[in-house]
Amino acid sequence: MSIIATNIKKTFGAYTALEGVSLNVPAGKLVALLGPSGSGKTTLLRIIAGLEFADEGSGRIEFHGEDVTETPAGKRGVGFVFQHYALFRHMTVAQNIAFGLTVRPRKERPPQKEIDARVQELLKLIQLEDLGNRFPTQLSGGQRQRVALARALAVQPKVLLLDEPFGALDARVRKDLRRWLRHFQREIGITTIFVTHDQEEALELADEVVVMNNAKIEQVGTPQEVYDRPSTPFVIEFLGNVNRFAALGHPLHGAGSDVLYVRPHDVDIQRDYHGEHGIRVRVQHVFSAGNYGRIALIRADNGETIDAELSRVRLAELSLQVGDEVWVVFRHIRLFPAGAFSERDVATDDAIPATLDAGRGI
Amino acid sequence: MASAVSSLNKAGPRTHTTRATRDSDWVRWTLTGVALLFLAGFVLLPLGAVFAEALRKGWAVFFASFIDPDALAAIRLTLITTLVAVPANVVFGVAAAWCITKFSFRGKSVLITLIDLPFAVSPVIAGLIFVLVFGLQGWLGHYINAENPWFPWLQQWLVEKDFKIIFATPGIILATIFVTFPFVARELIPLMQAQGTDEEYAAVTLGAGGWQVFWRVTLPNIKWGLFYGIVLCNARAMGEFGAVSVVSGHIRGETNTMPLHVEILYNEYQFSAAFSVASLLALLAIVTLVLKSFIEWRHSRTHA
Repeated sequence: MSIIATNIKKTFGAYTALEGVSLNVPAGKLVALLGPSGSGKTTLLRIIAGLEFADEGSGRIEFHGEDVTETPAGKRGVGFVFQHYALFRHMTVAQNIAFGLTVRPRKERPPQKEIDARVQELLKLIQLEDLGNRFPTQLSGGQRQRVALARALAVQPKVLLLDEPFGALDARVRKDLRRWLRHFQREIGITTIFVTHDQEEALELADEVVVMNNAKIEQVGTPQEVYDRPSTPFVIEFLGNVNRFAALGHPLHGAGSDVLYVRPHDVDIQRDYHGEHGIRVRVQHVFSAGNYGRIALIRADNGETIDAELSRVRLAELSLQVGDEVWVVFRHIRLFPAGAFSERDVATDDAIPATLDAGRGI
Repeated sequence: MASAVSSLNKAGPRTHTTRATRDSDWVRWTLTGVALLFLAGFVLLPLGAVFAEALRKGWAVFFASFIDPDALAAIRLTLITTLVAVPANVVFGVAAAWCITKFSFRGKSVLITLIDLPFAVSPVIAGLIFVLVFGLQGWLGHYINAENPWFPWLQQWLVEKDFKIIFATPGIILATIFVTFPFVARELIPLMQAQGTDEEYAAVTLGAGGWQVFWRVTLPNIKWGLFYGIVLCNARAMGEFGAVSVVSGHIRGETNTMPLHVEILYNEYQFSAAFSVASLLALLAIVTLVLKSFIEWRHSRTHA
């Protein structure tokens, strides 16, 4: 079941939540709406669900080619999972899951036996077979999240919508549940959209990432695309750590660019450097208790901070101490020419490849 | 250089611990004593006095004062008033709390303020307003005596039935509803605000209709708060004096509620009878408080 949203506008009084957003989600895909808070991602999700409606006269929502713009939420066939689960607190887990079936009109309602069987099946799916008689308050966060998911799936929705599904969970549970959801979504092949502000989550989980900012969509693409070929400065800054420099006055950077970006893992540190693209820096802090070493550096010329990430092996080779004076060279730089937000990836730009050999950089 | 932060498990010199929040015994006992004395003087003593006075002339007089026809009429009127006013305010309170907490609309804050009005206005003034509007010298009276009224059939009907609001049961009920209408709404609004609308939205996405959402999701979530509001509303409805006194007209055996009956008995120096009826009201208050504590206890358990 594909989802197409066309030109969705939404304002709350003077505040614009969505500014003519269009989105196309192919059937069976797992799509992440990624953005900072206030970017409009949750509003878009709720409009797709039918919990909010776009401004009068704007926009269309289609499910599998069928116009559902005016269809109320209960008739759209969406499963919606809320950020804080919104489980019915006075009902048991089993009653929660059965809710969508028991509220059906008598004629369409399956017999009690069938409902019970469906609930058992779903409890098994979410691996909580023995907890059907518990109340939501007696469950952990991760368990509640899975119950919320089972409740949404009980009515066999055509589309699954998740609002910050892992936001309220601790790091470990989040990782497990993420993997579980990925696997699960693949298995039943339901078109799924989830909202998140966590770029790592979006990149790891989604088939496609929709990066949103300021009521607009900045970029749509596979995780690889949005990470490697960000189309705007916002996208590169939002997806992972990045060093941001004002143009250095170097001949290369002068080419119409006012800002350039270097990912920390594209920063190399060298004790001795004799090329023309090195920058003199002082080591401010070395953080090596992790999978890789993170080094904070201060530029000798203007005091700007540069973050670098090196493998543990490389870090050991360099044996950096706080206060050491060293050189950095950039392996890979992205710049966004002033005004136009068109991408210009230096590393792949034909005009200047010679200056960008790995290890030498600019 | 030694590590700057070291574990503090090693037995260091023990210092005497004085918590900042801990007052000396002297202060604690004084404060507790003052509170208890105050409670005894202003609550327990009068309450005890009511029962002591009521029983001073023995159980026979105590019960006789209830069997008196006027007393029975007063009890009956109080019950009728309560039976109409409380359900009316339950419906109104739930509806008001529902629309205030689950929707956003223009004039919401005005509505919230209006709900509080009966708390802010003196009950006597509330009673006078009703006399002004519905009394025979007021707007209703003007209508009944008008030469060319709107809806002549209505005027005819009112005249035929000799329909009266003030100095009659409808007025007493109206005044009671007015005075007690904040209780349920006030109790529910913060509760429903805290619960938010996610559960309702979840029910909607699962295909539930408006009434199903209300009966199966909203109502079960607010039932203890609602019950609490009903208990308070009920206590006030039975005990209301000021507003009811203004609109009642004090017609013995007809428009006297229990509090008004107590006043009349007292003014006629029938102290035992007055205190007997008063003790019934006091008993009601005690039952209310017990119920209230029970609800709070249940509520804290279900939401632990």
